Amino acid sequence: MNLEDLLLKAEVEAFLHLEADLLDSRRFDEWLALLADDLVYFMPQRRNVRYGLHAEAENTRQGEGISWFDEDRWTLTKRVEQIQTGLHYAEEPLSRTTHMVSNIMVTGQPVAGEVAVSCRFLVHQNRVQYETYTFIGRRHDILRRAASSPAGWLLARREIILDQNVLLAKNLTTFF
Amino acid sequence: MFSTDGLVDIDNGIVSRDIFVSPEVFQRELDTLFTRAWLFVGHESQVANPGDFFTSRMGEESVILCRDKAGAVHVFLNSCRHRGMKVCRYDEGSTTLFTCPYHNWAYGLDGRLMGVPQYKQLYEGVLDKADWPLVEVPKLARYKGTVWATWDPEAPDFETWLGDARQHLDEALDCRDGRPGGSEVIGVHKWIFPSNWKFAAENFLGDTYHNPSHRSVDLIGIGPSAAAGVKGRRDNEMAKATHVWISFPAGHGIHSAIAPLGDTYQESFKDNPEIEAYFRHCFEERQRRKGEDARLIPFVGTIFPNTSYHGRQPRGLCVWHPHGPTETEAWRFFLVDADAPAAVKDFLRRYYMRYSGPAGMTEQDDMENWNYATAASRGAIARRHPFNYQQSITAASLDPEVLGYRVPGLVSTQVTEHMSLGFYRRWADHLEERSWDVLLGLGDTRFGSAAAS
Repeated sequence: MNLEDLLLKAEVEAFLHLEADLLDSRRFDEWLALLADDLVYFMPQRRNVRYGLHAEAENTRQGEGISWFDEDRWTLTKRVEQIQTGLHYAEEPLSRTTHMVSNIMVTGQPVAGEVAVSCRFLVHQNRVQYETYTFIGRRHDILRRAASSPAGWLLARREIILDQNVLLAKNLTTFF
Repeated sequence: MFSTDGLVDIDNGIVSRDIFVSPEVFQRELDTLFTRAWLFVGHESQVANPGDFFTSRMGEESVILCRDKAGAVHVFLNSCRHRGMKVCRYDEGSTTLFTCPYHNWAYGLDGRLMGVPQYKQLYEGVLDKADWPLVEVPKLARYKGTVWATWDPEAPDFETWLGDARQHLDEALDCRDGRPGGSEVIGVHKWIFPSNWKFAAENFLGDTYHNPSHRSVDLIGIGPSAAAGVKGRRDNEMAKATHVWISFPAGHGIHSAIAPLGDTYQESFKDNPEIEAYFRHCFEERQRRKGEDARLIPFVGTIFPNTSYHGRQPRGLCVWHPHGPTETEAWRFFLVDADAPAAVKDFLRRYYMRYSGPAGMTEQDDMENWNYATAASRGAIARRHPFNYQQSITAASLDPEVLGYRVPGLVSTQVTEHMSLGFYRRWADHLEERSWDVLLGLGDTRFGSAAAS
């Protein structure tokens, strides 16, 4: 790994850590400002399939059928607006969340100002008094260099691979 | 003899909190209700070809929906006859055999026991394989693409069970342009939430009164015309219609609407001109095909006991599987017309995902309510204070004409809880193991002589 790679990795890590911090601080508008206009935000469902069929059939696919999330910046903006009405009872009162990212890897050479990054995430949510959920999995992100972004980068694509089949949570009100 | 006395007082509109938290009541439901009622299992589009299977649930138990080599559709208990191991632990796929991982007994797609390891040496002359197939449901119904089953061989036919709720369910299952059937499942959400299953079933019986809990999505607008600036979570296709809340003898309840004579297209799907044009075309075709019956606009309903539908925006079926006295596993099956243009399917699936299920901006708030309603019903003091179900319970009339259109069933034109009370009448009859005549509501005086015909 040369110096340039190390600098890139440090930049990428700083971006992912900033995102997590904004979400956990409920600075949702500032988080939205880090999302590209053409963002793809995708969380597939995971199926139990026969050995050998995983690549083909384990995950639902972006762009077809039903997933947990397969949406864009507009929809995520709506989700933030909904929380900010103060009437979204599934997030009113607000949950407490901690987003952790680790195992961060730049998974290819930057192309046209975009870089592919993978990581593991652990999202802990505690809600009202006794509700606690833990979401663990991996993410595949594409970050795009952008002078317009307060962080120097925008999130252009996020694929969230949650390690659950039947969702073991009543809701997915948090952002990943 | 189990009695529901003290649990439900239908005449006075009083329901005990115990039915939402009690382990004894829950076990009774599993033993007497989910073993007899017709339950939704899946959709034929999920097992389109011979060898296809989809692992489903009936009550708390795992079942396999599959299509055998001859094309026949079966539903089997997913449990080996030898020691009970699940013979299929994949969600869906295609196979030639269901082989038990434990001792490798193997069953064909028609349920027959085909293979028993070391059969000659260990079992010959004692075990007749023909006597030990997978346990199959005694009755199965294929209805407009949907597959339903019951464990009771004495159960009435599915369409008898549906009764007059059928016309309303049809509107969820038929093509948008009025052709019968023709839907396909484009995905299934499965999730667990900490609530008794009946809160969810009741919600879809026609509890329109809970509208305020969706205030947040209505304020911001998430419907098919939201990007065009329309608030709300749906297009108001029922703007000119008279809403009807209907209870049926077998316990089903629905909320639909009757459009006025000569109704015209209500602008909708305004986010995309191509989608808008498609649904305008469907509206006109449906008027032409269904004639007078096109005046019936579906909204929501629950087919007793635990299968709910959303008729149009969004469109799908949801099964509220009992998963414990205070836990439900929801399976939402999303529907589109199989032959709809790709752009329409893409538009709809995006709308469905932002509306429905645990990631859906509308349904999240439902889950929050059901969760905390269940939790707050557990207390010793709380259980001394039953729930009130008295809303508009005297406002219904039998088989009325609404805007000149005859609407079979016990019908109210104002928001009401009489569907819930109708649901709990039959729920009590199931728990008390009544005859099928009673379970179908044939002696139910609410329906006068009409129910006896």
